[in-house]
Amino acid sequence: MEQGGVAGIRNQFPVLGRQVNDHPLVYLDSGATTQKPRRVIDRMTQCLTRDYATVHRGVYSMSQESTEACERVRHLVASFVNARSVNEVVFTSGTTESLNLIATILGRGYLKSGDEILITQMEHHANIVPWQEVAKSVGARLKVAPIDSSGDIRLDEFNSLVTDTTKVVAFTHVSNVLGTVNPVEDLVRIAKNVGAIVVVDGAQGIAHRPVDVRKMGCDFYCFSAHKAYGPTGVGVLVGRYDLLTQLPPYKFGGDMIETVTFDGSTYALPPAKFEAGTPPIVEIIGLGEAIQFLIDVGWHALLAHEHQLISYLMNQLSTIPGIQLIGTPREKSAAVSFVMSGVHPHDVGTILDQEGVAVRVGHHCAQPLMGVYNVPATIRASLGVYNNYQDIDRLIEALLTVRKYFS
Amino acid sequence: MSRLESLYQELILDHNKSPRNFGKLDPFTHYSHGINPLCGDDYEVTLTVSDDVVVDAQFTGSGCAISKASGSLMTLAIIGQPVTTIIRLKNLFLKMLLTDTLTHDERQQLGKLAVLEGVKKFPARVKCAALVWRAIEDALSPSATATVSTE
Repeated sequence: MEQGGVAGIRNQFPVLGRQVNDHPLVYLDSGATTQKPRRVIDRMTQCLTRDYATVHRGVYSMSQESTEACERVRHLVASFVNARSVNEVVFTSGTTESLNLIATILGRGYLKSGDEILITQMEHHANIVPWQEVAKSVGARLKVAPIDSSGDIRLDEFNSLVTDTTKVVAFTHVSNVLGTVNPVEDLVRIAKNVGAIVVVDGAQGIAHRPVDVRKMGCDFYCFSAHKAYGPTGVGVLVGRYDLLTQLPPYKFGGDMIETVTFDGSTYALPPAKFEAGTPPIVEIIGLGEAIQFLIDVGWHALLAHEHQLISYLMNQLSTIPGIQLIGTPREKSAAVSFVMSGVHPHDVGTILDQEGVAVRVGHHCAQPLMGVYNVPATIRASLGVYNNYQDIDRLIEALLTVRKYFS
Repeated sequence: MSRLESLYQELILDHNKSPRNFGKLDPFTHYSHGINPLCGDDYEVTLTVSDDVVVDAQFTGSGCAISKASGSLMTLAIIGQPVTTIIRLKNLFLKMLLTDTLTHDERQQLGKLAVLEGVKKFPARVKCAALVWRAIEDALSPSATATVSTE
């Protein structure tokens, strides 16, 4: 796979040079977390060794520079997802915190008893459990839109589940198990017919599809840096500014206040309002470098590379007897789940690991979805920009080794 | 023998494919439910205990080859044995998985159960082999909790 913006890209990822169990590493777990390119590692190291200082508080030059560097990342994120303004970009610790943040503040300042929250069957636990908790605390009802056997949301059912009592609709951009790329604009249009607030879980979307929050029409879009070639510990909530202004704060402390007296406090405007405490400064710098990396590779090359590898992977898997693909949606991104007849996914995972092939096996934090497909677990190979045809060939060879043990 | 061959030995593959005493006793005197939330292994163990002897035992559920073979071998090892012997076997079995210090005599006492010793080289899989034994420990304890988790 030596074409366009991905040519030679593998060499930019130092970890891919290592051996695992006496085999060169084949990393097929980018859906869980991506490996990091040298430029992100170097940028964060530079920050720690040359630039590190707190943000917002210091009058000294280094703190000023640190503040400016983090704010430049905010601008970069805003432009990357086409936010209406830089003030719509809130730094969090990751997608999970972004989803908890928005669920919590909607619970405190918007949802009422009897309201309905609609999610889908393909959600990750992080886009299920916060809504369950909010529903419990305000007396709202959580409803679940079904998917069809290919792994697409059933639009007719979705449409009929969105009613005047639906106040929040939350769904994933891309499924971490099925690879389904949801028709975000269509779903938003249906939700907006009743004026519901729309929250999109972009954990699997951000590195795999161009995100334009204005075109999507969603109110909130959440993602993590670490699934997009950046570091762990930092993520983003992109939110509509008027809603961020009206909704109450989430955490309380330094940086999110306007004035504090012992009689009471007033709060800063968004995004500071939602960024209590010292932010993950080095990680924000790493996030910026990761986004610049994606921009430099370019969507044209990213999408072409992913499309070619996914087609090849699906084709090669179909040559192995007894493999059942879980998720064959209309548009599929980089996650390919499957089960093998007569072998539990965990045994597959162990054998693959002995061959140096890293995949995820288990329920992928989507236990209800496993129930929909009536499987306890799946094997998931998920791709990143650094994967190539050889990686897929090595996976297939390793799966044939599995068949030797479990015929 | 490669690491994989030491893990997936013939005996283990056979017990995975055709687990012995696979089902649920009705009626039973003792019960436990063992789950491994991370990987989804999920087994029920039912026992008939009479005069402190396990006269019958079955297990049922779903999970990987290691957990299923371990359950199958466990039922063969415990049926007809006094509870005190079973507790000793359980302690020996867990010792085998978690430490390196099994004596020749201890290995002899474990009999066929020693086939699972290869699991020790796969730390992520130790809990798979241990799951049904944790369940039996729970089923036989005076304060049975009905559900036991290995994580």
